[in-house]
Amino acid sequence: MRRNPLIPKIIIAMPIMVMLVLPLVANLDVKNVGVTVVDNDHSQLSRRMIADIDASEYLTVQSVVGTHGEAMASVENGEADVILTIPPYYSRNLSGGNAELDIEANGVNATKGMLGAQYVSQSAMATLSQWRSENSISVTMPETSVINLYNPTLNFRNYMIPALIVVLLIIICGFLPALNLVSEKESGTIEAMNVTPVSRFAFVLSKLIPFWIVGLIVVTVGMIIGWLVYGLTPTGSLGAIYLVAILFSLTMSGLGVAIANKSATMLQSIFVMFAFIMIFQLMGGLFTPIRSMPEWAQCITYAIPPRYFIEIMRSVYLKGAGIIDLWPQYTAIAAFAVFFSALAAITYSKRS
Amino acid sequence: MSIFHSLIRKEALHIVRDTRTMVITLLMPIVLLLLFGFAISTEVNDVRVVAVVDRHTDETRDILQRLRVNEYFTFQGLTAPEDVDALLRSGKTDAALFLRNEEGVLKSQIIVDASNTNTAQTATAYIRGVANGTSAKSTVLTNTLYNPQLKSAYNFVPGILGMIFILICAIMTSVSIVREKETGTMSLLLVSPVKPRTIILGKLVPYFLLSCVILTVMLLMAYTVLGLPVSASVVSVIVVSLLYIILSLSIGLMVSTIVDTQLTALIVSAVMFMLPVIMLSGMIFPVDNMPVVLQWISNIIPARWYIEAMRKLMVQQLAFSYIIKDVLILLAMTAVLLAASIAKFKSSTR
Amino acid sequence: MHYYKDKAISVRNLTKCFGSFIAVDHISFDVAKGEIFGFLGANGAGKTTAMRMLCGLSVPTAGNGHVAGCDIITQAEAIKHRIGYMSQKFSLYSGLTVEENISLFSTIYGMSSKEIREASGRLFAELGMEDMRRAFVKDIPVGWRQKLAFAVATIHKPEVVFLDEPTGGVDPVTRRKFWELIYKASSEGMTVFVTTHYLDEAEYCNRISIMVDGRISALDSPSALKEKYHAATIDEVFRIVAQTAQRTD
Repeated sequence: MRRNPLIPKIIIAMPIMVMLVLPLVANLDVKNVGVTVVDNDHSQLSRRMIADIDASEYLTVQSVVGTHGEAMASVENGEADVILTIPPYYSRNLSGGNAELDIEANGVNATKGMLGAQYVSQSAMATLSQWRSENSISVTMPETSVINLYNPTLNFRNYMIPALIVVLLIIICGFLPALNLVSEKESGTIEAMNVTPVSRFAFVLSKLIPFWIVGLIVVTVGMIIGWLVYGLTPTGSLGAIYLVAILFSLTMSGLGVAIANKSATMLQSIFVMFAFIMIFQLMGGLFTPIRSMPEWAQCITYAIPPRYFIEIMRSVYLKGAGIIDLWPQYTAIAAFAVFFSALAAITYSKRS
Repeated sequence: MSIFHSLIRKEALHIVRDTRTMVITLLMPIVLLLLFGFAISTEVNDVRVVAVVDRHTDETRDILQRLRVNEYFTFQGLTAPEDVDALLRSGKTDAALFLRNEEGVLKSQIIVDASNTNTAQTATAYIRGVANGTSAKSTVLTNTLYNPQLKSAYNFVPGILGMIFILICAIMTSVSIVREKETGTMSLLLVSPVKPRTIILGKLVPYFLLSCVILTVMLLMAYTVLGLPVSASVVSVIVVSLLYIILSLSIGLMVSTIVDTQLTALIVSAVMFMLPVIMLSGMIFPVDNMPVVLQWISNIIPARWYIEAMRKLMVQQLAFSYIIKDVLILLAMTAVLLAASIAKFKSSTR
Repeated sequence: MHYYKDKAISVRNLTKCFGSFIAVDHISFDVAKGEIFGFLGANGAGKTTAMRMLCGLSVPTAGNGHVAGCDIITQAEAIKHRIGYMSQKFSLYSGLTVEENISLFSTIYGMSSKEIREASGRLFAELGMEDMRRAFVKDIPVGWRQKLAFAVATIHKPEVVFLDEPTGGVDPVTRRKFWELIYKASSEGMTVFVTTHYLDEAEYCNRISIMVDGRISALDSPSALKEKYHAATIDEVFRIVAQTAQRTD
């Protein structure tokens, strides 16, 4: 590893870049929802509804138009995500009890559409109930208060940062051993090792151990940036984090070495590793909740090591859970570590 | 057999003989498409909720019934108030709905595990809707445009294509050119009477064809398995994709003229092109949620414009006139990159 | 001035600068047709740069020259039809079979399929490689690969063949056999321009030049050089001449 000057730079630069850029980017919070209103009512109520929507934190009224066609055009050119249609005589019909508001959400971005529609609906209902009470139309609305546990400010970054440390370990501990071993193969230095009496277990272990250290460095850099830049520190213990980091770097680098053992060229090992990493990131519950997946896909995620690492990191960081609370996850990841290290040793052969 | 033909044959033999890489380039897009189509979804469609009720009334029974039948909830039953904290901390439930009767008025409180803000916000919105629905006399109809089943997959197909073409065209092409530099076969070609233009084309055409195969497979899958509606926009989809493939090839060519080893080619392509495509192109994370500086950076990422155009065509089914801006930007990028890399290649050969 | 007409290579004041660094400094020499011309020099003396200019791969900063009757500045593409080239590193496509390599390069040099069949049949017979036709180049021994690379570089019967350290990493016996191929090519009228680090090989050349710091410091037949420098071997000659070098790498 020392031979290639690029690699130590990557070990330091990569965590910094990912930790600085991704939390800013990986923002699935729904904000800036554009709303186009088709106001066919032109009443005091409809105007108030529009003003309230525009005043809402997440919503912006892009335009108020007269026809549905115009509203559709504003969605098509990307200005608006949600259309609210207020039918003619809406406020007059309200007392009759059969007035309906119509909300249409742009489904291109499913999350934005769904949540946007919810927000518009809530805002409209709030305006409505206020208007009713002012006009002494007695309808009781239950008051609802909300307590957001563990992340009271609802900061999405707090949710992403622990998981990003996982991403760093996946990339660095996965790619580096693969690159390192294949370049040794291509340059022939591995032959020099094969003629020595070093046993293959010792050799593979000597390849894996540096990645414990790399893993610990990466986790530390990640946590320091999380603390300095985003002010996020783990609620739980550091020991719990370092333990899982060691187990996980062993898992990933074991996989990396096993792939490199079986690859003839650098391109091959990178492509195979890339395929694994894509699946790990998508199925590990990093960006999308595992619980949103169908049953069969949730079963697959049990075989995805980062799943456990991500769960542990988030629980330790945000909820302050400890090793005892999370023993099933720790057991699973330890089993993976043993499995992949063994795989790395078995697939490595000193003779071709 | 012409010179051009035999150069292409040589490259094709190299591609086909590396079976593992070949299988991955063909299988990965398919697996990604299926995962995005059927496994992964950003929408929150299963909120586990427990309820704490101090006194049952018709109203509370109504609310609980609605929780039970609503497909977005898994109602885990009633629980004692003191157990709620443990259930949330251990991750066994996502939210708790407290219903209290105070002097005949129903008050509700939602306690939600906010560590995942997305789930928390959605869960709160859903539960609120269920709890408040009781007394609202007027109803709100919610419809979804374009994507009635809210399949996140539609959104991701352009993103997967945007990423795969960078992988094949930029990474594979640059590595294969640089490998010829490393092994010295490039100098054999350069001292031969073959024109530099022919050497470049002989390198690019096989990867172009490989990309076309993948494009065909992906589009067939998108229109059949995922059920994207087929319309006149298919022609525009193909045209825009071919343009993007050519653009990616010029990126690969550009990288190969700058670097000298396969390792550097891999790292440069991955760090300069792959990561930005995943992070900044809007493939997963919406561009308009990003800080302004990053939005500005995302403008120079080709995949951003490709994905935008493809979404308009495939998901919104808009006419070609809506993507003229994106296409023009892609065209300009292609022209600049291609001209620059050919000039660089020529100057490095003489 | 048609001094180049009867010469295979003719160079006057050829110069190449990279910025302020003068890689090749006003070199002039002639190589007769059918001659085996050894081009010696320490690493960094400017051999490869000079050779790249002769092959039409690099434009000279100053001076001019002709290779196989073509001007190296204005007729670079025409030169490429008349020369063969085998590079310092082993350079055939290792992922292709022996046969596929031959067919690829002979097509590149504009041979018809009929010519290719004849030429490759002759080549396999001469080299005794018949049973290796379908083997991947990466699987055959290094000595065979070098011979094959030479055969490929000369398959289109070029007027001049450039060999850039052709015998690197090859055992003495195989090197000896390789030089037999070179002699044979030369006897058929091909001009051979060869760089090497093996100074015993220099003895096989008709004439040798020794480059020091971008200039040609000595140029003559091996025996004449030995006499001039009162040396027993070319090795000694080389040491005496190369002593004056300022540039090291």
